[in-house]
Amino acid sequence: MKNILILGGGTAGTMMANKFFKALDRQEWQITIVDQHKSHYYQPGFLFIPFGIYNKSDVIKPKGDFFPSGVKVIYQEIDKINGEENRVSLMDGTSLKYDYLIIATGTQTRPDETPGLLGNEWRKSIFDFYTIEGAVALQQFFKTWEGGKLVMCIAELPFKCPVAPIEFVCLAEAYFTEKGIRDKVDITYVTPLAGAFTKPIATKMLSQLLDEKNIKVVPDFYLESVDNEKKVLKSYDELEIPFDALTIVPLNMGSEMIERSGLGDDMNYVETDKETLQSKKFENIFVLGDAANLPTSKAGSVAHFAAEILFENMMNAFENRPMTAKFDGHANCYIETGYGKGALIDFNYDTEPLPGTFPLPGIGPFGLLKNTKINHYGKMIFRWIYWHILLRGKEMPIEAHMTMAGKKETID
Amino acid sequence: MAQVTLAGQTVEVNDEGYMVDASQWNKEIAAEMAKEQGIELSDKHYEVLEFLRSTSEKGETLTIRKVGKSGIVDIKGLYQLFPGGPLKYSSKFAGIPKPASCV
Repeated sequence: MKNILILGGGTAGTMMANKFFKALDRQEWQITIVDQHKSHYYQPGFLFIPFGIYNKSDVIKPKGDFFPSGVKVIYQEIDKINGEENRVSLMDGTSLKYDYLIIATGTQTRPDETPGLLGNEWRKSIFDFYTIEGAVALQQFFKTWEGGKLVMCIAELPFKCPVAPIEFVCLAEAYFTEKGIRDKVDITYVTPLAGAFTKPIATKMLSQLLDEKNIKVVPDFYLESVDNEKKVLKSYDELEIPFDALTIVPLNMGSEMIERSGLGDDMNYVETDKETLQSKKFENIFVLGDAANLPTSKAGSVAHFAAEILFENMMNAFENRPMTAKFDGHANCYIETGYGKGALIDFNYDTEPLPGTFPLPGIGPFGLLKNTKINHYGKMIFRWIYWHILLRGKEMPIEAHMTMAGKKETID
Repeated sequence: MAQVTLAGQTVEVNDEGYMVDASQWNKEIAAEMAKEQGIELSDKHYEVLEFLRSTSEKGETLTIRKVGKSGIVDIKGLYQLFPGGPLKYSSKFAGIPKPASCV
């Protein structure tokens, strides 16, 4: 009997458990999955909670519902990985032996890393929407807020779902317009990047969009601390930005378990071969999703495309064939822009988000870097696809590798 | 892509003025690039540049946080050394590619 051990039962780990359970002989292989939490959150849905579009019950299901019944599930915190001995120890003292290990422990928000963020104003006028608690607290706050300076600030790169803060300010703009108090709400987007987004063509499109919506962008702002008394953000080069309500993307870091195991970089992300998805330290350790230090977005779509490559490579590894599948960093993100519209971006390690149509060249139905109603429907339908198709490791009609078909190299 | 002469040496740079070949770098080139930004390089500056070069050579992603943890200088200090764009300018003077902030 050989053992595949999967650490983390989120999007990435659940997809791999389903794929291997279907493909492998159950007499020969035991698949085990370890996670300390029992709830699976549909994280793209957190964005909609502050505006009352979704509620808590729309984004939570038991993790157990998505694991195949023959997979062994252990709900326990992980202590560390011992790569030399092919063992993982858990916090309750148990030790698990593996032949192949998949690390899928994701990334966490760490508000504790920014001085003042967890001060008196935390969840009173300072909110994060990357946790269910933060998103729900912000919904309550917005219900009675009468306006003022709303600041959306990104503490540090990289962070999960790089388009979410842009979506947040767009949805906030629409929300306060519909409430009739847009003239009393001043919205500012504060980022350590040089512009609204990282790559030039998408930045141009998104900057225009934010400008049209009268949302101010403050670029190159590197957050040092938050002053709760004065209600200002302070940067390392001593700029100050006042706020009445602050939404923050706190510093993101990988699991502390990675640090204890000596497998990570200084942000606790696992050093991973960006093409094969194999750990750089141990041949039988693989990494999927946000836990990896890949130079692409930390997003569910990346984990999904990478899962197909990882599956192929591990199947090759099981039979001592060379790992021929290569991940290209493919990401595909819907961007909610408010008023029932959305944009879409599709890119990889080498190709920045470009305009065009997706997935069918010239037809779509989705428009790349275009603000359309159909893109919004794509995003809303995605929740169903996520629960019923994606997590269960079923085929989706989109290639794992990015394609240039349907893309144009310039903006209209 | 263009060729420029820095400290008497012809080097290849990209559209944004970042050196294409890190091996063409030397301290004089760094000093001349820094001068154009109005920065006089001290020993502390060079320590940072050497750290960036060795980290980049190992294929690791560079972040301001990483430099802040290097023991050479903290983040505030890095801003004081390279005002206006600590990582942007320091990597330029170090002759390495502009740090690709991941999308």
